[in-house]
Amino acid sequence: MHEQSIVASFLSTALKSAAKEKASKILKICLVVGDLSGVEEEAVNFYFGFISRNTIAAEANISYTHIPVEMRCRKCEMIFRPEKYDLHCPHCQEQQVDIVAGRELYIDTIEVE
Amino acid sequence: MSVKVLTVKEDILSVNDQNAKANRERVDRHRVVMINVMSSPGAGKTTLITQTINKFKEQTRMAVVEGDVASTIDADRLSKLGIPVVQINTAGTCHLDANMIRGALDALALGEIDVIIIENVGNLICTAEFALGAHKKVMLLSVPEGDDKPHKYPLMFTEAEVVLVSKIDVKPYFDFDEAAFSKAVNGLNPSGKIFPVSAKTGEGLDAWFAWFEDAIAGKTEVVQGRK
Repeated sequence: MHEQSIVASFLSTALKSAAKEKASKILKICLVVGDLSGVEEEAVNFYFGFISRNTIAAEANISYTHIPVEMRCRKCEMIFRPEKYDLHCPHCQEQQVDIVAGRELYIDTIEVE
Repeated sequence: MSVKVLTVKEDILSVNDQNAKANRERVDRHRVVMINVMSSPGAGKTTLITQTINKFKEQTRMAVVEGDVASTIDADRLSKLGIPVVQINTAGTCHLDANMIRGALDALALGEIDVIIIENVGNLICTAEFALGAHKKVMLLSVPEGDDKPHKYPLMFTEAEVVLVSKIDVKPYFDFDEAAFSKAVNGLNPSGKIFPVSAKTGEGLDAWFAWFEDAIAGKTEVVQGRK
């Protein structure tokens, strides 16, 4: 839901990285997006379309690697993927968990020429 | 021309995190405590903040940074309390970010303030993602929203140091399971404190005020000595 800020932020990072390499065009931006980050592909693509206008990234494709939410049970240490908003450990049924994956939100790589 | 793959590995929110750090250093220099209040729209942030200001404004110099998507309705309510209020209209953006807070800090006489309460935009997702530089993160979850919310928005409940269960005066009309709610919140966040309150009737506010006084005390003593 906060894609406008996200797009502005990663576009600026991608443009800086490309400038360092003196690239003339950004072809692809590869993002890693945890499921808890609340980032919607469609919304990112929509904002990217107009925020990237008049930049060397205007024609770039965006690829997404989604990271599912993983929790670690503090009782039995089991790591599990919660289903349907259920935060109970499937092994010991306890409900004392740490979020260990799903918060990721970063640019992994960009492809330039 | 040949295609090159560049490894970036940069967190998308890192610029915001740096700005948040700068905000924190800035308020620390002025010995100001900053508290970020978050919730869904309509959970009762403005009413709680009003009560809190009325309770503490005689002993502590307070200010509010009011974040709203549009309008100055909340800021108008709060400015009647006779304290500095800075309105940030995010123009559609669903959260405050550190850069907006930097602008709000510019508008405040930090040397004459002990505590800044930030009322974030009503939202349980995005606000948890954007650090502002506040010392404390506090959230409200109102009884009508339901006890299942920690399961749906685990990040917010993990981030908040205090969870106020607001509007407990209407509890008889809703199936809000307080025990299940507390279990889910503390499962995600073992040190998170839960205060059931009604800012309307005043029920439960003493526990919140006691926490708030602790949260601001360490610094206000220094402030009173210095300023």
